[in-house]
Amino acid sequence: MSETPTIPEAYPRLVRPQRGRLVAGVAQGAAAQLKLDPVVLRLAFVLLTILDGLGLLAYAALWMFTPQEQSEGEPPARDWGQIAAYAVLGTALTAFGWVTGASTGGIGTWSIALGGIGTLILWQQADPGRRQRWMTDAVRQVRRSWIRTGIGLLLVVAGGAGFLAAQGKLAEARPGLIFTAVVVGGLALIAAPWLAGLWKELQKERRERIRQEERAEMAAHVHDSVLHTLTLIQRNAQDPFEVTRLARSQERELRNWLYQPKADADATMAAAVRRAAAEIEDEHGVPIEIVCVGDCDLDDRLRAMLQAVRQSMVNAAKYSEATVISVYAEVEAGEVTVFVRDRGKGFNMDDVPDDRMGIRQSIIGRMERHGGSARVKTEPGEGTEVMLTMKREQQ
Amino acid sequence: MNAVNMVKVLIVDDHRLFRSGVRAELGPQIEVIGEAEDVESAVSAIEALKPDVVLLDVHMPGGGGQEVLRRVLGSGSPVRFLALSVSDAAEDVIGVIRGGARGYVTKTISGRELTDAIVRVAEGDAVFSPRLAGFVLDAFASTEAPSIDPELDSLTTREREVLRLIARGYAYKEIAKELFISVKTVETHVSSVLRKLQLSNRHELSRWATARRLV
Repeated sequence: MSETPTIPEAYPRLVRPQRGRLVAGVAQGAAAQLKLDPVVLRLAFVLLTILDGLGLLAYAALWMFTPQEQSEGEPPARDWGQIAAYAVLGTALTAFGWVTGASTGGIGTWSIALGGIGTLILWQQADPGRRQRWMTDAVRQVRRSWIRTGIGLLLVVAGGAGFLAAQGKLAEARPGLIFTAVVVGGLALIAAPWLAGLWKELQKERRERIRQEERAEMAAHVHDSVLHTLTLIQRNAQDPFEVTRLARSQERELRNWLYQPKADADATMAAAVRRAAAEIEDEHGVPIEIVCVGDCDLDDRLRAMLQAVRQSMVNAAKYSEATVISVYAEVEAGEVTVFVRDRGKGFNMDDVPDDRMGIRQSIIGRMERHGGSARVKTEPGEGTEVMLTMKREQQ
Repeated sequence: MNAVNMVKVLIVDDHRLFRSGVRAELGPQIEVIGEAEDVESAVSAIEALKPDVVLLDVHMPGGGGQEVLRRVLGSGSPVRFLALSVSDAAEDVIGVIRGGARGYVTKTISGRELTDAIVRVAEGDAVFSPRLAGFVLDAFASTEAPSIDPELDSLTTREREVLRLIARGYAYKEIAKELFISVKTVETHVSSVLRKLQLSNRHELSRWATARRLV
């Protein structure tokens, strides 16, 4: 057989596969043909069997007229648990129909059977996203109103029992109730692995989607910033200052994106200090190392302090000739302290002319006007450190 | 500087360019005796070469620096680790320190500073970068929860002062001058902070480090 090349057929033929079959593989084959889940067809056969044995007849006919699928090796074992479940379900439904007289009810029974099969096919045909929506909607509704659902169920059961008791029919109804419980149990038994599989698949899909979104965001970010900067660096390859500046600025941006908590530079102190430093770094090309401890919202005093911090950083970047500037900002319960330090050439405070606006006005004067203080520690050759302190407004 | 008190160093990093860069930058008192590029080769190289100090990259294939620390220090080896990383993430920094590294510096460090840091770690002292000092101050500042062991779970005023100066960019020598204490005392304070960082059971410490990313 294996030597003859398989000729693709014009349309797929109905065959009975051996793998995964329960009885003869009829339901499985038909399900493959109709692109449905075998469970749907198996339940359909069971439901139709209850109606005057129609399902049994159809099954037997299909069994006779469809060929078995060619396969090699030992035929795989059947899942006897599922067969038992279908048998129990069929028996229970038959008994239920017999006890309640539903199986002889003609049109009414047919509508129930067809409705049941139709629902199963609809469920099976729905795409996973839609099924998930149905499931989550149902679950959410149950979750949101589980107390109401519980009380409602209790009332229905109590009411039904009370009604039957009042009519003296409780004893008669008992077998029917027992069979209903058996049917529900059987259905749950059949559907459980299938539902579990479906659930697992949905979870997997969801995870995959989240991962893809993250990847897309990452790709967009890398494209917008890193690739762009690399292009600029190649274009400015002959200008070492510009290359360093570009690389440094990109590094800072990437670091903030990767490691820093997302914060609003217009709203919080630490983020505002970082942004000011970034701007000065870009403008003057001197790296500024920032360490922030604690954080708080900006207010008018802190905005003034920020201006002084900015001026201190500009001074260090412009005049100190240091290779790196250290900035340390600490927010405590009562006050905010910022240190701007360089190991540059330093200067003599007394040599600074009175009309120089930078230190006296923009730093010391500004801090004092807003109720803070500023100290400058410097000596020629010893570098400079500006210490700024501002009391926090009490809320 | 004679051969006896040369510090033997093993460089562990998965970037070849970075390893050769560090090798070229280190001062004359450092002897690089080997390189490794992942967890497996690092563990076997440490066993075979017995370096004084291991320069350890935090992010590497096969579990990263923390895995090397776990396997080597778990076997009772006396080797000392200095973590070296591009990462600024608090959980990485706090993670390797709690894993047993005696210091943490970023890869932007200059060759001279790195040489100093290696010598310091070889002598059994701790090396804190300004950023690590900031993290520690931040982590120990949030002390709302009652501590289990007050000795380990909080910093002394002096330790706080030293850490603040490190965060401000001061070298140990400058700190000693500023606080009118000896460099040796500064080293003792930093080592004590390192011990607290490693031994404190304050679960906030790790939680703080992870939560910081999620804010």
